[in-house]
Amino acid sequence: MILDIYSFSTLTSSIDNSLHNMMSPWMATLTEFVLVGIVFLLFYALLGLFLVYLERKVCAVIQNRIGPNRVGRWGIFQTFADFIKLLMKELITIKHADKFLFNLAPFIVIIASFMAMAALPFAKGLQAIDFNIGIFYVIAVSSLGVVGILIAGWSSNSKYSLIGAMRSGAQIISYELSVGLSLLAIVIFSGSMQLSTIVESQADGWWIFKGHIPAFIAFVLYLITATAEINRGPFDLAEAESELTAGFHTEYSGIKFAFFFLAEYMNMFIVSAIAATLFLGGWMPFHIGGWEGFNQIMDYIPSILWFFGKTFVVIYIIMWFKWTFPRLRIDQMLNLEWKYLLPLNLMNTVIISFVVLMGLYFK
Amino acid sequence: MTLGVFMFYLISATILFFSVLTIASRKMLRAAIYLLFVLVATAGFYFLLNYQFLAGVQLTLYAGGIVVLIIFSILLTSHISHKFERPAAWKLWMGLSVLVAGSGTALWVLLLQPFSKNPAVKEVPVTMHLIGNQLLSLEKNGYVLPFELISILLLAAMVAAIVVAKKENN
Repeated sequence: MILDIYSFSTLTSSIDNSLHNMMSPWMATLTEFVLVGIVFLLFYALLGLFLVYLERKVCAVIQNRIGPNRVGRWGIFQTFADFIKLLMKELITIKHADKFLFNLAPFIVIIASFMAMAALPFAKGLQAIDFNIGIFYVIAVSSLGVVGILIAGWSSNSKYSLIGAMRSGAQIISYELSVGLSLLAIVIFSGSMQLSTIVESQADGWWIFKGHIPAFIAFVLYLITATAEINRGPFDLAEAESELTAGFHTEYSGIKFAFFFLAEYMNMFIVSAIAATLFLGGWMPFHIGGWEGFNQIMDYIPSILWFFGKTFVVIYIIMWFKWTFPRLRIDQMLNLEWKYLLPLNLMNTVIISFVVLMGLYFK
Repeated sequence: MTLGVFMFYLISATILFFSVLTIASRKMLRAAIYLLFVLVATAGFYFLLNYQFLAGVQLTLYAGGIVVLIIFSILLTSHISHKFERPAAWKLWMGLSVLVAGSGTALWVLLLQPFSKNPAVKEVPVTMHLIGNQLLSLEKNGYVLPFELISILLLAAMVAAIVVAKKENN
């Protein structure tokens, strides 16, 4: 099995023990809350900035440009400079807007993605909460984000924002069904919703290989629907720079706009991490059932590298979509979901149940 | 006071506070958002009870589903400048007296009831397998009949929605 030197559980349990030795259980728990919170906040902000940088570089490569290259070597500090600029911008307050909801909306969006991240298994023994409903929890809390988008659009008191919010709401609500159904495929295969159990079940091969054709169909469906779920191109109709200015966040500026922007990129990270965890084995190294020597060599690569490697492959694919495909119209997009993807997903679920009942997958 | 009890009071206070705001707010969308907070805090209760599945259902169905539907209909029908009128004084007093009477009765009944833990009832960890089996079980305490009835109701509702939304061929 995976090497113990790479496991984070020794590190986390030693921190836990030393905290409990130093103070009362009450204070120790509280300190752990604060520590985990700080780690997640830092991770969230830094990864968000890195993803923005990555997007610009990937876009540049696809369009045959160099991309940001002035601030720091290869322009790696470009997004930090942008962030400082955003922090210093004026926060515009709009007349006749509902100020309370206007200010609340970015927080709802960012809290929803923050909560979803809490359940992700980053490496062996590195997971904040391991719910027994893991994947269901992630779907549940990420469905809260749409509330923030809707009230952002409405409270801005602007027609562009309202149309953007309506589109975004319709899009997210419809595509949520397909996301859930395609993830159900792996829940049926592994017989559990707990993310740690799902990762453990892939010790002798990832589900995309073990579940062969139906699992691959579910993976492709998940990639399409998740791209739509996070409002990214070719499904970026909620923002629609060409016809709606910027969609639901037209009236936002400065740090409030940055919140929406950051949440969008972190949602991309979350859906990619879920794809990596469920279909591509999460932090589990590339194992082939029966090949002991090969599996042991693979174990020498730390689990955290496996997780982030897989996640960034999926992120790259999602970015590739945006800069390759033409955008859809809103009616085309809803047709695609309700008339093609959802029936396909339902059929695939039935096929997977049959495959699992008959034991027709690699065990 | 343990952390669990502290969290119980914190969540209860949140629910009470936002419930009052939900009915007292004069702006419709704000009321819906306060309702969202109430429902999310209720999910917090289920997490506190370690019943994670119900908490997940609460978040998806109520917070992610029903509140979004409510917000959607408000977005389509109401303008940002719209405000409810202040209720007439007699309505306010009537409402308050009903509130006092109702909560008084509820509190009186609750405080008279001696709550004790029944030792015969064991704590069972509610897993997904248990819920799935129970939902489709034909045995005693099985839920297959309500489950099927609800699915037929849902199907009927969906067919009805499609018929209502369909454009007529002229």
